[in-house]
Amino acid sequence: MGLLVKEKEIVIPGEVVADGDAKPSYGTYKDGDKIYSAFLGLVETNEGYVKIIPLSGCYLPKVDDKIIGRVIDILMTGWRMDTNSAYSAVLSVKEFVTSRYGGREDDLSRLIAIGEYVYVRIIKVTSQNLIDLSTAEPGLGKLKGGRVITINSHKVPRVIGKKGSMVTLIKEKTGADIKVGQNGVIWLRAENPDAELKAEKAIRLIEEKAHTEGLTQTVEAFLQ
Amino acid sequence: MSYKRRCDGRGWDEIRPTEAKAGIIPNADGSAYFRMGNTAAYCAVYGPRELFPKFLQNPKTGIIRCHYNMLPFSGMGERIRPGGNRRAQEISLVMEKALSAVVDLSDFPNAVVDIYTDLPETDAGSRCVAINAAAMALADAGIPMKDMVSALAVGRVDDKIVVDLCYEEEAYEGGPVADIPIAVVHNTQEIALLQMDGEISKEELIRAIEMGRKAMEQVYEIQKKALKEKYQDA
Amino acid sequence: MPDIRENMLNLAALGRRQDGRGLEDYREPISVEVGISRSAEGSALVKIGKTVVMAGVKLAVDKPYPDTPNEGSMMINVELLPLSNPKYESGPPSIKAVELARVIDRGIREAKAIDTKKLCIVPGEKCWMVIIDLISINDDGNLYDAAGLAAMAALDNAVFPKLKEGNIPDYKEKSNIPIPLTKNILPVTVFKVGQYLFVDPNQEEEEGYDGRLSVAVAADGNIAALQKGGEDTFTLEEIETMVDLAVQKAKFLREKLKSI
Repeated sequence: MGLLVKEKEIVIPGEVVADGDAKPSYGTYKDGDKIYSAFLGLVETNEGYVKIIPLSGCYLPKVDDKIIGRVIDILMTGWRMDTNSAYSAVLSVKEFVTSRYGGREDDLSRLIAIGEYVYVRIIKVTSQNLIDLSTAEPGLGKLKGGRVITINSHKVPRVIGKKGSMVTLIKEKTGADIKVGQNGVIWLRAENPDAELKAEKAIRLIEEKAHTEGLTQTVEAFLQ
Repeated sequence: MSYKRRCDGRGWDEIRPTEAKAGIIPNADGSAYFRMGNTAAYCAVYGPRELFPKFLQNPKTGIIRCHYNMLPFSGMGERIRPGGNRRAQEISLVMEKALSAVVDLSDFPNAVVDIYTDLPETDAGSRCVAINAAAMALADAGIPMKDMVSALAVGRVDDKIVVDLCYEEEAYEGGPVADIPIAVVHNTQEIALLQMDGEISKEELIRAIEMGRKAMEQVYEIQKKALKEKYQDA
Repeated sequence: MPDIRENMLNLAALGRRQDGRGLEDYREPISVEVGISRSAEGSALVKIGKTVVMAGVKLAVDKPYPDTPNEGSMMINVELLPLSNPKYESGPPSIKAVELARVIDRGIREAKAIDTKKLCIVPGEKCWMVIIDLISINDDGNLYDAAGLAAMAALDNAVFPKLKEGNIPDYKEKSNIPIPLTKNILPVTVFKVGQYLFVDPNQEEEEGYDGRLSVAVAADGNIAALQKGGEDTFTLEEIETMVDLAVQKAKFLREKLKSI
């Protein structure tokens, strides 16, 4: 295939990345026989396909993503949540797993108050990006204590690492409890404030160096 | 009479000393600084985010909104009263149209991308500098774009066609002047902004735009280099 | 839920902050750059951590106020740009911008830091008006200290334009005459959460504090203006400690001004 730039090279919108029989994939478009980048991002190829991994940009909600949302309003039968994207989402009380719900007369703010964070799964996204959420799965639910930080959602895969290896490394070295939302919102908590800070700094380091080689070694060295 | 030598000694097709930097405002989703000569702009991009009031929303696509603002001390004369004016509104509008040519927000129905450009110092060509900063900030914000947009002013000073006019040239009194801000989409070379004030023949206009397109390549390269540098430093 | 105030309190008990600083530590780096806008008569760009504030001084010729015919005047304006933080909107100055402008204005005005008598051109007829615009470029907290530092640096950097016939300023021709400054005034804001005092909050910490006291401090350690903010009340002992801390921190910030 006719890749015109190097693998992992940084390109800007409109830059020609390939021609010939290369096939356009995410973050690219084809015009004539050339493939162009539609983002500021890294070039990646796989079996003849060329795609761009954006280096920045806002989160676009997808079904089955686990995200961390913040309650911004309380509705009749659920909560409106900020999703760190262009769209807010609704967690219906039917989808919120709790034994404390007292039925229709109950005040929902007793269960989750405005400003609180919840680890949720996206169960529906419409064409207009109306979003429904659920906590019906082990590990999901309200987040208590700790701190919440926000990173660029495109860097989340690096924070998680292959099969969760990166986040496991941080957890092991710092003893912190960490939940990483696909939307770039990350919750962490450790008994020791130094450990919590160290875990945050490790995540910030990954965000900053996400596009560089040897990231695991960099993070390992930092955590030593 | 004839215009013999540019007031700052540049060649007719030469742009002013230009510098750019991406990612200078950490709070923003994307940002950039762009300077040409004595005209400088900061730009911050926020979004896509929810658009209010709701009646402005477009259910088919996200939209962009430009906010061009000269800071109170950015004029060479008296202080400029803050709060905007009709000129700033018009420039915001033409910026929006120029940038819309490359931005694709079809994945973001009902949303908005806000583009704030604030200029601490202006001499001439401020809308072009603002567009150059804005195109970089949009790319830095990870907004889907089919291409980059670059801008500069071309024009006529007396009997000469020149690119990137400075203030003295805009205000030249020895003969007729035309000031033509243009923006160009890089790959297609199509014109995304075109305004003109002054006096020029059609032939000269076409010649000026062609000369501008060539000089624009330097502006584009500076934008491109600055965007990549942000990640090479890290 | 991760409550910012509660988190701050827990850490403060250990003498710590969420970003690892001690209670009395400023963020790093702190930098002051002057002459960043050639169209201004004086300008400065101040960075404290990720907070960035710009100051620009413009000088205009105006008629003196009737009650001070032999003096020029001064005005301070603050623009909290939507560019600098998603929480700001376009439009007329918010109360936050007005308060910030007033606190810095009063510090400089009450200490008579600018010798306004020397701004007189023709008594009763013409005088210089010094206008300082303070602009947030990236608001990551503690705009007070950053803006105060920027205002002082820009004033120090400013020179008068030359005067044309009829006492009209020629903005293209700068003189080498500086603005007559008699004192160096820096505002330092001390914050309180629970019983703990701290300085230089970042954005997040500004969401969680209980009270604050801005103290405009002169180089000799005297104070020129005060402004209490927040809903909490202070004891006299607290005020004493807060002023002491402000004086000490003003000295620290003044060093940053000297190094430019």
